[in-house]
Formats: sequence, structure tokens, C-alpha cells
Amino acid sequence: MANSIPNRQVICDTLLELSKGDRNIMVLASDSSGSAAMAPFAKAYPDQFVEVGIAEQNIVGIAAGLAHSGKKPFVTSPACFLSMRSIEQIKVDVAYSATNVKLVGISGGVSYGALGMSHHSVQDIAVARAIPGLAVVLPADRHETKKMTEALVQYEGGVYVRIGRNPVEDSYESENYEFVLGKAVTMREGRDITIIAVGETVRVALDAEAALKEAGVSCRVLNMHTIKPLDKEAILKAAEETGYIITVEEHSIHGGLGAAVAEVIVQQRPVPMRILGIPDEPAIAGKTSEVFDHYGISAANITKIALEMLSR
Amino acid sequence: MDIIELKAKAAEIRMALLKMIHNAKTGHTGGSLSNTDILTALYYRVMKIDPTRPKWEDRDRFIASKGHSVESLWCILANLGFFPEEELKTFSQYGTRLIGHPNNKVPGIEMNTGALGHGLAISVGMALAGKRDGKGYRVYCLMGDGEQAEGSVWEAAMAGAHYKLENLVAIIDRNRLQISGSTEEVMGLEPLEEKWAAFGWNVVSIDGNDMDALVRTFESVPTVSGKPTLFMANTVKGKGVSFAENVAHWHHHVPNDEQLELALAELSAALERYKQEGQVQ
Repeated sequence: MANSIPNRQVICDTLLELSKGDRNIMVLASDSSGSAAMAPFAKAYPDQFVEVGIAEQNIVGIAAGLAHSGKKPFVTSPACFLSMRSIEQIKVDVAYSATNVKLVGISGGVSYGALGMSHHSVQDIAVARAIPGLAVVLPADRHETKKMTEALVQYEGGVYVRIGRNPVEDSYESENYEFVLGKAVTMREGRDITIIAVGETVRVALDAEAALKEAGVSCRVLNMHTIKPLDKEAILKAAEETGYIITVEEHSIHGGLGAAVAEVIVQQRPVPMRILGIPDEPAIAGKTSEVFDHYGISAANITKIALEMLSR
Repeated sequence: MDIIELKAKAAEIRMALLKMIHNAKTGHTGGSLSNTDILTALYYRVMKIDPTRPKWEDRDRFIASKGHSVESLWCILANLGFFPEEELKTFSQYGTRLIGHPNNKVPGIEMNTGALGHGLAISVGMALAGKRDGKGYRVYCLMGDGEQAEGSVWEAAMAGAHYKLENLVAIIDRNRLQISGSTEEVMGLEPLEEKWAAFGWNVVSIDGNDMDALVRTFESVPTVSGKPTLFMANTVKGKGVSFAENVAHWHHHVPNDEQLELALAELSAALERYKQEGQVQ
């Protein structure tokens, strides 16, 4: 399970591989080719790489122009700036104009740790999923990041992707599973309660499931890697079959995965539900694991909440 | 088209857009009148386009970054046959494709614009793709002068020069008025040409309502090798309609019946003059 490859490097490696047969794949960076781990791509395919400098509005507009001309641009830029500084370009130039731009927010969530609220990106899902037509994807680990990148090269349309900065522990044993944009992956089957997680919290959810199993609880774990379009079917099935739902995310409790799931549950199949994430405050500084623990985004806390919900 | 024919065409387009705005009871009258000559020169003479193949790969691209002045563009695209002229009657009406900003569901429109400060970055992307793919097309981007206050314009200006996009042409409709008054009162822009030159562009100043000058300068692109071109098109807001000329209020004002009649009479007289001049030639 130990892994030393960050997801941003996986994206670069995958795009390098896919670019051998596709000269339309392009990577754009905002003085971020190093932090996005895209330097090898820039070196290997200089004609398919564009450095835009520290200009997040510009990077999205240029990407839209490239996409309009048949290119498949991947914009790589820190999630905090890409999702906020350039949101109008994302709305108008990408979503409204229906251009084939992939927006990859790197070092998202709280993975910039000690740099504080300016560099944390825990509102990005809320912002991105309010834009019509924009898909929103957060891969769980290196295996999923690879499969997602392959799928995104094939997918025609605007997508916002958020990944973290550091290597994450694997959630999948291998790439031997099906990744379909918009379809949740059932990581563990279960009857009593469902944990729906996304991105790096999938690992946390799996650890909680293991603890719950010890306590005799049959827990389902859904990896909702695509927050938009949301897999409503999997959510309603979980509500129907397990009766209780907990969502976990590295994002504000406002407008993220939990809110998206709640919108479905409340309108179609109300069941008891809890939303775990970052509360409405500037997130505390620290390593990702420390921040997670601080806000109860941990296996221990999820287990505790699940047992409380089930004992009522 | 020769210069006289282009002048006559511009008068016709002005009449069409005034009727359209009057019919819809909404529209950006002043800016559309000021940019009509620029668009007429581009669409009827300068740009390589084919109305029967709106997505022809080698076409020149036009981006209306000042998307609010779309009325002249709708009238030109209809006149060229990109869509039926009859459709102009639906402008700004419920459910129409011809909304108050460029909409790429309409043939001939490349991208949706309207939020100011977006068009040049998009144009940089298009020109960069063309350059890297060895294509011969040019990208023309029309901006407003008030729009120059958007910081994103200057991000894109830097990139256009950095990537030496000589296939990129930016045009500023320098009519000196924006919705709240004079550009220099709202947010001073001068010395605007020096700013663009300092950003690495080749700057050419022209009278943006002089058809002869417009055609001559557009046909001289690229003006300097290895540099994008900026045409500072000095225009008159409300051009061609005496009572609307240089009046900020007409930025987003609709002519009433009487004003429409007066404006059409002025433009008809101009049109007649061009026709006679054409015959003399």
C-alpha cells in the first residue's frame, strides 16, 4: 500500500505516454510546471507545452482558444487559483462556449498545509459544480489518477479535476477495475450503512470500514470520484439498501460532495445522513493528516459517528 | 468589394442594426455604430471566410471581445448568409439565438463572449494553435476601449508578444466613451498606444471610421515580423447618426420612432451619395 508517487506525477506520466500517439494533447502551466510535475512533458513535447506565467485568467482563455482549434489542452495550475481566479473564464470560455478544456487543479484541498487559507482549496468543488456542463472529478489514488487521465483524453468537454500535492496511500490494489466518468465505484459492499467518499478521503473511508467490520457493522464504501455528473443511482441504491449515509470530503461542508449527495437524498429518498468536511472557517494549518484529524476526517471519527447513527 | 461599395454596405448595416434594435427595444446602439466600419472592412473584404462553410479549417477567425456590440455583427452575418436575415427580427426576444452577445450556436460565431477582457486570451490560444500547426489563418480580436481596464487584457497582451504571434491582430474600438462617461474620466487609459507598444506589440493608429484607411492598414498585416499587431482604431461612438454621435447615453439606448426615422433618413442620404460616387467612378 505504500506509495511514493504523487498523483500530479501520474498525470504527467500518463500524458507523456498518450502523447506518443496524439500530437493534439497540450499541457499549459502557470509558472507551475515544477509544482504540477509537468517539467518532463515540457521537455519531451515543447511544441505541445505552453507556459503562460502567473496568469490564471489568461491560461484558461488561451486553453479555450487552443481547444477551439482542435487541441486537447490540459491546464495545470494550483487548484486554489485555477478554481477561483479564473472562474469566469471557466464559466464563459470553457462551459458556455463548450470547449474541450481539462482544468487540473493541483495541490488542492489542504495539501499546501502550512501556507494557509489563500493556498488551501476547499471551496473549489462548490464553485465548479455550480457551472452548467462542467464535470468535476477527484481521483482517489495513483491507479485511479492514471485511469482518469486516460478517460479524460477521450472525453470531449470541460472538466475540473482536483488532486493533492503529496503521494497518497493506495485505495485500489491495482488498475484492474472499471473507471467510468459519472459512475461511482463500490469499494466495499455493505448492508448497514454507506460511507461516500471522494479523492484522498476514500482511503480514510476504507480504514473506517475495516474498523466497523471489527465492530460487526456491514459498511458500504462508495468512491464518488465524479461529483458532477453525480451518480444518483448509486446514492439512491445506498439509501434504499443501507438506510444511513455518511459523506467525507477534503472540502468545505458547504456545496461539496456532501451537499450534492444531500440534494439527491432529501428530494428522492430521505434517510439519516451526516456530512464530514471542513467547517465554515479558514482551515487550520498543518500536514494533510493533521488537518484531517483536527476536523474529524478520520477513520476513528467516522467509525464513532457510524456507530452513533446506527444505535439510535 | 471596393471602398465605395464597402462604405455603402456599412450604411446599410447601420440601418439594419438600428431597425433591429428599435424592434427589440434593447441594444447597444453607440458601440455597434462605432465598430460597423471596422467589421464591414473585415467581413466584406479582408478576412478569408466562407458563409457556406462557417467552420472551414483555414478561415480567418474573428472574436468580438466587446461582445455587447454584437448588433452590427448579427446584421453582417445575416447579410452574408450565415443565417436568414428574417431571423434578425427575433433579436433579444424570448428563446432567440440572437441574444445580446455573441453566441456560438449561431453559424459564424466562434466563441461566446460578453464578459469583458476574455477575447484576447482566446485569440492568443487560436493564433498559437495556428502558428504551431503551420496554418495560414489570422485571428482578429475586437476590443472596446473601456475594456482596457480589465487586467486580463494585459495578461493576454503579454502572451501574444511573448509567443511572437504575428498572425494575431487586436483592434481597439477607441471611441473614448463608456457607459458612465468618458474613458479618461472613468479610468484613464492614456497613453494607450505607448502601453501596447511597451507590451511588445506593433501599434498602428488609424481612423476607424475611414474605410479607405481601414482596408489599407488591415491589408498590410503583419505590419512587423515576429510581433502581433494592435490597430488603435479611433472611432466616433454612435457614428453615422448625428444626434447619437459622441453621446455616452447612446451606449445602451434605443431610438424611439421619431429618432429611428431621422437616423434612417441620414443614413439613406449617405447611402445615396455613395451610390452616386460609385457610378461616377
